[in-house]
Amino acid sequence: MLSLETITNNINNWLNNHVSSTWATIIEMLIVGLLVIGLFAMLGLILVLMERKVSAFMQIRVGPNRVGFKGSLQTLADTLKLVLKEGLTPKGADKFLFNLAPYVVMCAAMLILAPIAFAKNFQIWDINIGVLYISAISSISVIGILMAGWASNNKYSLLGAMRSGAQIVSYELSAGFSVLCIVILTGSLQISDIINAQQNGWFIFKGHIPAIISFIIFIIAVTAETNRAPFDLAEAESELTAGFHTEYSGMKFALFFLAEYVNIFVVCAIGAILFFGGWMPLHIGNWQGFNQVMDYIPSSLWFILKVFGLIFLIMWFRWTFPRLRVDQLLNLEWKYLLPLSLVNLLLMTVVAIMGWHF
Amino acid sequence: MYRTTDILTNTPNASLSEAGYMVINVGPQHPATHGVLHLVITLSGETIINVEPHLGYIHRSIEKMCESLTYRQFIYTTSRMDYLSSHINNHCCALSVEKGLQIEIPDRAKYIRIILDELTRLASHQLWWGAMAMDIGAITPFFYAFREREMINDIMEETCGARLTMNYMVPGGVMFDLHPNFQKKVKEFIAFFKSKINEYDEILTGNIIFQNRMKGVGIISKEDAISYGCTGPTARGSGVSCDVRKLYPYEIYNRIEFDEIINNGCDSFARYEVRMQEMKQSLKIIEQLIDNIPEGDFQAKTKTVLKLPKGEFYTRVETARGEFGVYIVSEGGTTPYRIKFRSPGFSNLSALNHMAKGNKIGDLVAIMGSIDLVIPDIDR
Repeated sequence: MLSLETITNNINNWLNNHVSSTWATIIEMLIVGLLVIGLFAMLGLILVLMERKVSAFMQIRVGPNRVGFKGSLQTLADTLKLVLKEGLTPKGADKFLFNLAPYVVMCAAMLILAPIAFAKNFQIWDINIGVLYISAISSISVIGILMAGWASNNKYSLLGAMRSGAQIVSYELSAGFSVLCIVILTGSLQISDIINAQQNGWFIFKGHIPAIISFIIFIIAVTAETNRAPFDLAEAESELTAGFHTEYSGMKFALFFLAEYVNIFVVCAIGAILFFGGWMPLHIGNWQGFNQVMDYIPSSLWFILKVFGLIFLIMWFRWTFPRLRVDQLLNLEWKYLLPLSLVNLLLMTVVAIMGWHF
Repeated sequence: MYRTTDILTNTPNASLSEAGYMVINVGPQHPATHGVLHLVITLSGETIINVEPHLGYIHRSIEKMCESLTYRQFIYTTSRMDYLSSHINNHCCALSVEKGLQIEIPDRAKYIRIILDELTRLASHQLWWGAMAMDIGAITPFFYAFREREMINDIMEETCGARLTMNYMVPGGVMFDLHPNFQKKVKEFIAFFKSKINEYDEILTGNIIFQNRMKGVGIISKEDAISYGCTGPTARGSGVSCDVRKLYPYEIYNRIEFDEIINNGCDSFARYEVRMQEMKQSLKIIEQLIDNIPEGDFQAKTKTVLKLPKGEFYTRVETARGEFGVYIVSEGGTTPYRIKFRSPGFSNLSALNHMAKGNKIGDLVAIMGSIDLVIPDIDR
């Protein structure tokens, strides 16, 4: 069966046979870099289209349907428009920071892709502190947002950036605690270990109620962390026009836009890895026949399906919920989610110690 | 007008006053203001210290224009004021001219006028519901609201020939008779809307985030509402009984069974509830009338050139936003000597500062949504 693992192994072997191992590593790095950029662009194209189609579905309308087959090239046309637009820099803006900000946000989004397992043994970097790495890098994007808000010399941007800063820093805690719940079950921070531990059942089923609670907290926290509705206060268009990216235009705006969608993909991928077994097929205990049938579905397909399921969930939030107010947002985190996730962590520890999880 | 704030300052440092407040210009082009309203907001962090509305961006001097228009012509300018209740505005002008001329209009015209008024109110409240939801970040309700509003617009288009600025009411009755499809279409709409109005509650009213955003926000007490001159759902949300249809019934409102919706909540949610209930009352009114439209003339016999006797005439009606009044001073000629419109939006806007003070900037948008501002109505 064709799998991504054999392809990568073949490339690796071929390179090692033909050039020295140093050069092989360098070439592999280049390939990976190109693939990441390609994935970045593809994700932008697909997710923006998906968002527009999902919103159209929620809003009893058709959505984009003119460019390409059923509007499939709409995002491409929009991107083309953005590329051709003039990138304005407002008067009085801090030019260096203003131009740097979109790249910081984008690079942060790209870096998180590194430890994510897209398929069986198909991973850029299986670092042994994978989960920690992810939560560390995901905090970097807030620096980009703060930079953008500050450097724009616009009060709306400034307010948006400050809101975003407060929001991301707070919700990072809950997201971190819900990730810790899973780490307790596996005893490892490495992504491949976490996935392999779900061989005979995903953690959402294995971890009993604490896992379900931590999944709910996780999905709320990451929705807030990616600045998505109902937590899109950083760019609340009815209050702050466009929040921190009010002054951005052209390709710099497009980078913010793309980074948002890549961030959604990344957090959903992490959610899929932690709670739904990443690329691991659906296995139920000792049902040998069932498990084997599930194994026939390629692992990459499993991963994509789970991730897009979660992405749909997050988009569903956006198109049905009103927006929270800034004090309500912080209340929700500090008064409800954080204590709840602390208790949940304790509960999960008890479950793990007593061996109640199966 | 510019004494407290200097709107021309735009660098962050210059705009920070000595007290450490930040001044933000919201509008005239801003997604939250639904038109060219300019608010100068003084903020301390996210908390609103002061809101100062600046008007004049869509001033067309309608009142002055009316002085050179005949009594048949000036009605059409009022469609351009509160464009969401243009029927009701036209109705008020027609009423005041009729009052001056002392014309008794046929029953059929009265029925048609009331049905169209209530349809307009429904359409206006539907648009408000969608826009209000969009203000607080829920985009989807807008499309649901427009689905039903589109049916009303189609009815209007068929009957009056226009979808927004109807100009259907004329002194003496209505311009022409109803379209043969009118009753059928209105009944279809009522049946459809009754099956869908619960969706409104499902998608928005019951939502916990929505309720948290609306409850306890934008509070205005009964006394304050009266002293600011608030009318319509804005005042009725504070427990003020001010429905002109009940208190000073015009046309056949005294013969119709409907309730005046009063809510004592005093906050944004109370105003929201009032409007939601009013939609149901409007449906009730239309249902009572639609099958009983009497046969007969749709217009009373009037002279070609109308001349109001010397004197002053004031009439008021209840629009979707509150009390709308037309005050005509006549010198006996073919054109009015002076016309003054009492628009509900202007008085309601004046209470905005009182409601918004101390709330967060996100609430300002919710409050503005809950008092349902139409800018061309405020700024004539």
